[in-house]
Amino acid sequence: MATLTLLQAVNDALRTKMRQDDSVLVFGEDVGPKGGVFLATEGLTAEFGAKRCFDTPLSEDGIIGTAIGMAANGLRPVCEIQFQDFIFPAFDQIVSEAAKLRYRSGGQYTAPMVIRTPYGGGIRGGLYHSQSGEAYFAHTAGLKVVIPSTPYDAKGLLIAAIEDPDPVLFMEPKALYRSVKGEVPEGHYTVDLSTTRTVREGKDVTVFCYGAMVPVCEKAAAAAAEQGVETHVVDLRTLLPLDEEAVLDAARRTGRVVVVHEAPRFCGFGAEISALIAEHAIEYMEAPVRRVTGFDTPFPNTLEHHYMPDERRVLDAIEATASF
Amino acid sequence: MTEMMSLITEDGSAPAYSGGLSDEALLRCYRTMLLVRAFDDICMKLQRSGRIGFSVPNKGVEGTQVGAASALRSTDLFFPSYRDFGMALYHGVRPAAMMNNMFGNAGDSAKGRQMPVHFSFVDPIKYFSISSPIGTHLPQAVGAAYASTLRGEDTVTLVSFGDGGTSSLGFHSGLNFAGVWKSPVIFLCQNNGWAISCPSEGQTASDGYAIKAKAYGMPGITVDGNDVLAVNQAVAEAAERARRGEGPTLIEAHTYRMGGHSTSDDPTKYVPKEELEAWAAKDPVLRLRRHLDSRGLWSEDLEARLVKECSEEVTAAVREAEAQPAPALETVFSDVYESVPDHLRRQGEQAFDLARRKGDAAAGDGAFPL
Repeated sequence: MATLTLLQAVNDALRTKMRQDDSVLVFGEDVGPKGGVFLATEGLTAEFGAKRCFDTPLSEDGIIGTAIGMAANGLRPVCEIQFQDFIFPAFDQIVSEAAKLRYRSGGQYTAPMVIRTPYGGGIRGGLYHSQSGEAYFAHTAGLKVVIPSTPYDAKGLLIAAIEDPDPVLFMEPKALYRSVKGEVPEGHYTVDLSTTRTVREGKDVTVFCYGAMVPVCEKAAAAAAEQGVETHVVDLRTLLPLDEEAVLDAARRTGRVVVVHEAPRFCGFGAEISALIAEHAIEYMEAPVRRVTGFDTPFPNTLEHHYMPDERRVLDAIEATASF
Repeated sequence: MTEMMSLITEDGSAPAYSGGLSDEALLRCYRTMLLVRAFDDICMKLQRSGRIGFSVPNKGVEGTQVGAASALRSTDLFFPSYRDFGMALYHGVRPAAMMNNMFGNAGDSAKGRQMPVHFSFVDPIKYFSISSPIGTHLPQAVGAAYASTLRGEDTVTLVSFGDGGTSSLGFHSGLNFAGVWKSPVIFLCQNNGWAISCPSEGQTASDGYAIKAKAYGMPGITVDGNDVLAVNQAVAEAAERARRGEGPTLIEAHTYRMGGHSTSDDPTKYVPKEELEAWAAKDPVLRLRRHLDSRGLWSEDLEARLVKECSEEVTAAVREAEAQPAPALETVFSDVYESVPDHLRRQGEQAFDLARRKGDAAAGDGAFPL
């Protein structure tokens, strides 16, 4: 098995599917000969030609709108939105069109497509190269929202997303693109959507996280262990449809829960986890659910390290929850 | 405005017409227009009597609908607007299938999930599922055409929208992508004078809409939208160009919405009476009738027979639709995804359980309160 970065794993997934299935296409801004601004699509035009991996005009609405038409007419488009911050002109196409096509046509037309987009902070990108907008999309019936945190999952989940019969928003934690490495099998394999991953077993506190927050939570859990607090860390991986039973099982296991995400707190995904636990596992809870999140502000530039949950903030929440 | 192509002359002849419509096809166009009128009339009555919630009248724009539909093959792809009933009917979609949608019943291809006039058909033609946001289907049509081309098919994709639609984001992205990709797409802008109550002059300072094609690197044609032959010829020529790999065309069909935007709209509040009267004299049904007459294809007897047949057909469609039950409660939860995820299964089970214990939820009156 090769050791790949998360970015290389994404590239490997695209290459693997494009070799296997002629109907898979990759397109977006600068994804062709340049290989994308992060190089996620490097080499694909050279291998598969400009009809299957190509640059588009600078129009998110056009990229996702055309992808819907391709998907409805037999292709498996994988389009890229260069930064998740720029996805909003296509919000209508994603939310009103792709997500609703199967339902509104009684299953006559469908949109099996993947929208890949890097999200999150940590690159000094300021307001418009750093956002985590997953909650906007997790509120949308008909869409799937997937966020990997390891190279193995990035490849397996992306292949599963391309093979999925429904539209998938595949959000890639750009802060982890090159900072995490891991063993990735060659060729085809999948990681099932709507499954969680247990990152670390523990009996005292459960931490739910995803994407770029997973390594942060792992570090905080290791620090907590030094104080004798055993943390159970769960990587949600797919936010929609969420594996609710797995979340509830992990919450009941410790009766103490911390939810961590980079996105703002108000109506963030942590609120859904918290409500789910309140509805179905309140009798198991020994402490209030605590959220560690970005602030309810726009994303700052110079002081981004204060905005993003770090090991310090997660550890503080684990300590407070453990001792409640 | 670019020069407008108009072929049916005052006396009904059309010496300049070089399109390929046979006598039989012309009669089919005419019958389809009468069928659309009959369908419109009965929907208006159904809405006024509270049996359906909503409809949009097609009166005045049927010439554009059938002129375009008759220029294309049944294997071509249609991305229609909500006011394109004639395109579906021309290609053999059953009035009852459309009426099921008007009633939102169990027989509706959209399973009663959409409001009326949001049709979706895959047979006998691909008539793409209609959504309410304006202009979103333009780039989608371009994407569908990309797929056809990639597979080496000679399919043409027609996307239809109104003058209001030209102000949408999708108009720009759709035409721009199609221009760059040389897509086999026909952009049919039905300039019917009004976007609900906004007159066409309020949409753009451009000298008409066809001229916008130039900026996207494609031909722009202005055609008399009330002239079935002119629309047919313009669309047929655009389709030939597309099939030859020469790319997209923007066609502006100059027509007029003689009714309201919808059954919820009172156009007398904003449509000048004289303007409506002037357009009534150019009624596309009268124009085609005159042409058929000039070719010896029309008679009073034929007219009476067609009107009677169309009326009976839509009445039968209403009977068929009214006999259908409402969709099952299960359909609220299906088709969100290919398979029902656990959280939706649980929500469904809760709703079914509540219905068993406390009875069904009370339906509203279904009136669209505009």
